[in-house]
Amino acid sequence: MSKLGYILLALATCLFASYVAHAGELNIPNQLSSGQGFSIPTSGTGTATFYLIGPAGVIKRAVHLGDAVNVAGEETRAAGRYVAVLRSGDSNDTKVFFVTPGKPAALNFLARPSRVPTAKPDAISGVAFVFDGYKNLMIESVPVNFSLAVEKSAPASRTVPAKDGIAWIQMASGRSQGAAQFVASLPATDVSVRRVVQQVAGDACNLHMKAQAMAKTIVVETDPIRDCSGNAVPDGTIVTFTETDSRGLSTVDARVKRGIARAELPLSENATISVAAGVVLGNEVHIRWASPGNGGAGAARANLKFKDGIATDGGRANAEGSATGGRE
Amino acid sequence: MSRVFPVVLIILTVVLVAFATISPGHLTSATSPDQAVRSLLERVKGRDFKQAFSYISAASNIDEGAFYRDVNGSEGSLRTYSSLQDVDTKVLKESDTEGTVRADLVWSSAVGAIYETRDLHVVKEDSGWKVLWPQEKQANLPPQVIPVNYLRWDIVHRGADEDWGAQNVEPPRVRIISMNAIERDGNVIILGEIENEDTVPGFVAVNATLLGKDGGDLGQESSFDKMSHTLLPKEVSPFRIDFPKMKLASVKSVRMQPNAMLVPASADPVIAVQHQRMETDARGHHVLKGELLNESGQTVNIPHVLATYYDTAGRVVWVSDAYSDRALLPQVPVPFAVDVRDDLAENVHNYRVTVNNYTLDRDR
Repeated sequence: MSKLGYILLALATCLFASYVAHAGELNIPNQLSSGQGFSIPTSGTGTATFYLIGPAGVIKRAVHLGDAVNVAGEETRAAGRYVAVLRSGDSNDTKVFFVTPGKPAALNFLARPSRVPTAKPDAISGVAFVFDGYKNLMIESVPVNFSLAVEKSAPASRTVPAKDGIAWIQMASGRSQGAAQFVASLPATDVSVRRVVQQVAGDACNLHMKAQAMAKTIVVETDPIRDCSGNAVPDGTIVTFTETDSRGLSTVDARVKRGIARAELPLSENATISVAAGVVLGNEVHIRWASPGNGGAGAARANLKFKDGIATDGGRANAEGSATGGRE
Repeated sequence: MSRVFPVVLIILTVVLVAFATISPGHLTSATSPDQAVRSLLERVKGRDFKQAFSYISAASNIDEGAFYRDVNGSEGSLRTYSSLQDVDTKVLKESDTEGTVRADLVWSSAVGAIYETRDLHVVKEDSGWKVLWPQEKQANLPPQVIPVNYLRWDIVHRGADEDWGAQNVEPPRVRIISMNAIERDGNVIILGEIENEDTVPGFVAVNATLLGKDGGDLGQESSFDKMSHTLLPKEVSPFRIDFPKMKLASVKSVRMQPNAMLVPASADPVIAVQHQRMETDARGHHVLKGELLNESGQTVNIPHVLATYYDTAGRVVWVSDAYSDRALLPQVPVPFAVDVRDDLAENVHNYRVTVNNYTLDRDR
């Protein structure tokens, strides 16, 4: 009989312990969405202190036992681990719960570089960070759409799933220069961020010049300078003209203006003129001015004639010679 | 007695003031060509241009103003920020009536010492030996309006209220297109060229770090005035970085770091470099000579000439520079000369001259 009594007593003790343990945990869901408010029922009488310890701050509030403790959505903005504590006298009721990010609602978008030469593979990179409405980084996978478009050309578009809140992409620059609109957006929402990547002309291609004699100088002028995709190189680009004759070397670092570079070089009766833009070499023209009569320079200037021109880029030498044949 | 003392004091004061006021007005006439040149240049050194001019022969056909502009500079040129520091003369030729004196001049200037050699002709006149000062004929451009519509780049940076993802305008892309390390006079020298590959101007500097056999830093230096720092799109500049008292044999590798910043800039002025040729000067040293022609309409006050020398393989073998102490007036050619190391002259197959420019009151 006494044995049965011990067993019943032990059972009663376990039940009490279980009740006590259950009574020490606050009634809060284990997982909430950011910005989601909740209410905690309390029992008993008197006052207590409620603490909510979260990743972005701590809340302390005096509560009346028996009334519900209301936690506003604003107080659970930050995603992460929270601890709620209800302290009454010497007893503490606690609950650990997690706040997860809400629906994707914002993007931060890094686009690099701000300027890029045309027709370069993988030259443009974009990194999008997906956040919910409270700027919590989205953990779950979310599709992000990237599109790159230059005016008057079809946009390049691709969708990339974000992993741990980050989606990134590398894209080739287009063949046309201009301000490319690089947009990252969240499908099925109106969330999008636009960056501008300036696509600029690359190195000059088929750099070509012609020469013409004036009264005191030789005027050299390039054809419209374009890159290999046909884009005009920007104004201000340096183009170097070099003239070599018996008196030495003469150089002018001319600036491209309205698509062409133009310079004046010293008049010479026999000279070789070359042109370059950066490390790109253009054609070379050898000029010799025939001087009828006594052949003096003074007499020649009155009757200049372009005799020959040899262009190294092939096929244009003779045409160049006759087309730019000085002035008479 | 009480009246005599003040009177004596007043008289004494007047005499002393008069004595101090009367400077040695009459110049000691030069008794030799060397003395004439020395006397003239010593007075230039003392910035007593009026008295210096009295040693100039009337046959020079130069007025005092032109002489003053020649030795003191004009138009905000480097000479206006210079003063004659040292003079050394040597008689090259002398007869009873004329002579030639070589004057080696050292000017101290805002950019360091400037060395100049002048061969001056001296003639004997009734009042002693006088210097025939060569008048530099500078063409005067007729008054005119020169339309200038070159580009200017300005920059708008990102605002403070932009989100952290918003990109800023990036610095220009620059690339070192050639590099060469040499040892000269106990110094390690890094030479090369750098190009602004971008479509915007940039302020460019090149840093170099020498790494020793153990991989540790032996020294770090950067280019200073042996390069053009402001590079327009596709512009190429030489650079030279000197590491004093270093041995090339102790260097394992060189770490180069080109830095570029986006800066506002103007495409103006355009300066042509004409008739570049290698010559030997009066002292027998090699110099690279030529003429600078300012093709814009604005005066360039201080031109800085940078010369890059290449060997037959097209490798940069030396970079030297020189400041011209004359301002570049629009459309007026101005001669320049850059010293070339005599031991390198034979290896130089080609060269390229570029010009930096410093202009006062740019926004005027």
